[in-house]
Amino acid sequence: MELSGAQIIWECLIREGADTVFGYPGGTVINLYDALLDYPAIHHVLARHEQGACHMADGYSRASGRTGVVIATSGPGAMNLVTGLANAMLDSIPMVAITGQVRSNLLGTDAFQEIDVTGVTLPITKHNYLVQRPEDIAPAIREAFAVARTGRPGPVLVDITTDAQKARTRFNWEAGVPQRHLRHIPKEPAEASLEQACKLITHAKRPVILAGHGVRLSGAETELIALAEKLNIPVITTLLGISDLPASHPLNMGMLGMHGESWTNKAVQESDLIIAMGMRFDDRVTGDLKTFAPHAKKIHVDVDQSEIDKNVKVDVPIVADLRAVLTALLPRLETMEHADWLSQIRSTKGEAQAEAILSHEGLIQAPQVIHEIWKATEGKALMVTDVGQHQMWEAQYYKHEVGLITSGGLGTMGFGLPAAIGAKMGRPDREVWIVAGDGGFQMNIQELMTIIQEGLKVNIAVVNNGYLGMVRQWQELFYDKRYASTPILSPDFVKVAAAYGIAGETVSRYEDLAPAIQRARAASGSYLVEFRVEPELSVFPMVPAGASLHDMLRRPARAKSAAKKKGAQR
Amino acid sequence: MSHVFVVYTDDEPGVLNRVTSLFRRRGFNIHSLTVGPTEHSGVSRMTIVVETDELGAKLAHAHLEKLFNVQRVEQLSRFPSIVRDLVLLRVKADPDIRPQIMQLATAFRAAVVDIAADSLILECTGSAGKIDALLDVMRPYGILEIGRTGAVAMARGAGFYGVQSSYTASESITPQR
Ligand SMILES: Cc1ncc(C[n+]2csc(CCOP(=O)(O)OP(=O)(O)O)c2C)c(N)n1
Ligand SMILES: [Mg+2]
Repeated sequence: MELSGAQIIWECLIREGADTVFGYPGGTVINLYDALLDYPAIHHVLARHEQGACHMADGYSRASGRTGVVIATSGPGAMNLVTGLANAMLDSIPMVAITGQVRSNLLGTDAFQEIDVTGVTLPITKHNYLVQRPEDIAPAIREAFAVARTGRPGPVLVDITTDAQKARTRFNWEAGVPQRHLRHIPKEPAEASLEQACKLITHAKRPVILAGHGVRLSGAETELIALAEKLNIPVITTLLGISDLPASHPLNMGMLGMHGESWTNKAVQESDLIIAMGMRFDDRVTGDLKTFAPHAKKIHVDVDQSEIDKNVKVDVPIVADLRAVLTALLPRLETMEHADWLSQIRSTKGEAQAEAILSHEGLIQAPQVIHEIWKATEGKALMVTDVGQHQMWEAQYYKHEVGLITSGGLGTMGFGLPAAIGAKMGRPDREVWIVAGDGGFQMNIQELMTIIQEGLKVNIAVVNNGYLGMVRQWQELFYDKRYASTPILSPDFVKVAAAYGIAGETVSRYEDLAPAIQRARAASGSYLVEFRVEPELSVFPMVPAGASLHDMLRRPARAKSAAKKKGAQR
Repeated sequence: MSHVFVVYTDDEPGVLNRVTSLFRRRGFNIHSLTVGPTEHSGVSRMTIVVETDELGAKLAHAHLEKLFNVQRVEQLSRFPSIVRDLVLLRVKADPDIRPQIMQLATAFRAAVVDIAADSLILECTGSAGKIDALLDVMRPYGILEIGRTGAVAMARGAGFYGVQSSYTASESITPQR
């Protein structure tokens, strides 16, 4: 069958199961978009900015577990993907980006809209391709999907010249069966390491499981819970590990790290065994490495060999797919109790409920917003956040029974809104909420129009504190309250939403919180609630950058009424 | 400490860039890097000498293996191996001291590959140490130009058979404790 390169691209995407793609047209992908009209099986989502499209593909992938696909034109289009690719790279999200490139005979001449895209994206993709012949398109795309999904997932970019898209060639899907990714298929867990791990686990008195994003990426949630339950080991999660197990699970102790809870950080510091599963000891998680979990032996399960000993020296590394490791460990271990250890942690575990901590007088406090959304949705909404204080409050006060989609490794402001659009398209059955700050929401606000064009129902919470809050917090705590360029003005978000065709309201009184959230949920279309909140609230607990994990700045005592409530201060 | 890696890669445009970019952004210091074809078409072989400690070498190895175009990595510093450098050396040599230089060259089994009126070119293969020694000996005569390849390395003995080696790289990175 003779097809154009452009047609071959769509044929490949369909066969790879990519029925929804995100993108933006331009000169070097005009052939590709022209051919799109003949492929009604593909739903193309037109974003308002390629960065938006890229985060959409990312959110789509996180929500659906499928490989996200994003398309952009050469030069400026491809450059707008850079942040989104880096974001996907640092959070190990399987994505395939297809970019147009100038005609092959113009390569290297600084032609109009020519940028060395494979060069620019080299360190922020798992792998990339420059394709200049139509017969190379199918093998490259097939391999790209295989690479994106194999081992530790990540984004892969395929840059295809216009002449390759235009020329016709015989389309041979079968001939392009990927082979080379087989080099990177995870190995079976080594017998000796499994045995060593079992020995450490059996002898540990105060073990903790640190669960990261890898649990989700390897689809090992069930096995993780089974192991934790069999051994009665408390599970502490990273930010991206929040989706690993329901917040209501009795062994889920919550998040650790810079804004982790005091009892989780303390448990880690006091533990005698850390079983790290699909997490990478990021500096936001460990605090000062010299004082991190000083009494603990460490077992590190990761599919990526290069994570072993990178930050924390471990005693037993197991380099393999996490699910395979958990499956292998389960039958080897006897039931355990750890009753004393669990009750020790639980006795220090507070409730971190906004109700218990914050005053209901005066301005709304951002954690209350999160708390009310949690109450209304019973923890079952698919939550998406932007980056900043609201992100940390969301992680602390929303008790996730299902997923959380958030930018972890790169901490990309502007991620939230487009990621929520992608997430809703990946899981249309879910109630999706996006929680964004007044700063970050303005970074990709243009994607409100994409919501309308796609007819989506997304609930939007803009937490407006009038500041680039997270930076303001650092300025308050460590820079003598010198608020350099962190006060930020915003438009009337409700009017902006209205201009896009999205209903909404502003809330500034505590008693209006719950009703507004209900109106958002009940609205037939998307709905934006702008929450005007206390401007100078800080996120606690906080481990200052570089400090020890147990050196936390704790939540300040609630002024008057809280003092009466037992356990309010932590 | 120097660590010697032999890296088999796909012979494709851009692979060298991927390898060097990896070392650059991970903060490794490449001492030398050589690349050439192998007994198999489509496969290139690099010898990379990196200055780093044990942990650094372990991580460099693991990062190399993650590169999609890398087929296999051998860390030769862990095994008995042969490491060779080649140098072309232009030495000042007026006719009256030429015989003296040529005699010294013989001691190093360096070949005289070109003679000009007042200089000559020596070619010498050997370990880095031997070549450094040759340079030391020639320095008093006046070294005009040095062209040095950097190391090419190969493991001694059985078990390593180039591209087809049955030896798998990951065996060497299982932490030894
Ligand atoms: C693209 C980008 N630019 C800058 C930053 C640095 N940064 C991190 S949090 C933050 C403040 C975010 O402010 P806002 O969106 O209002 O959220 P808040 O912290 O107030 O909840 C900034 C500027 C970033 N993470 N990403
Ligand atoms: Mg703000």
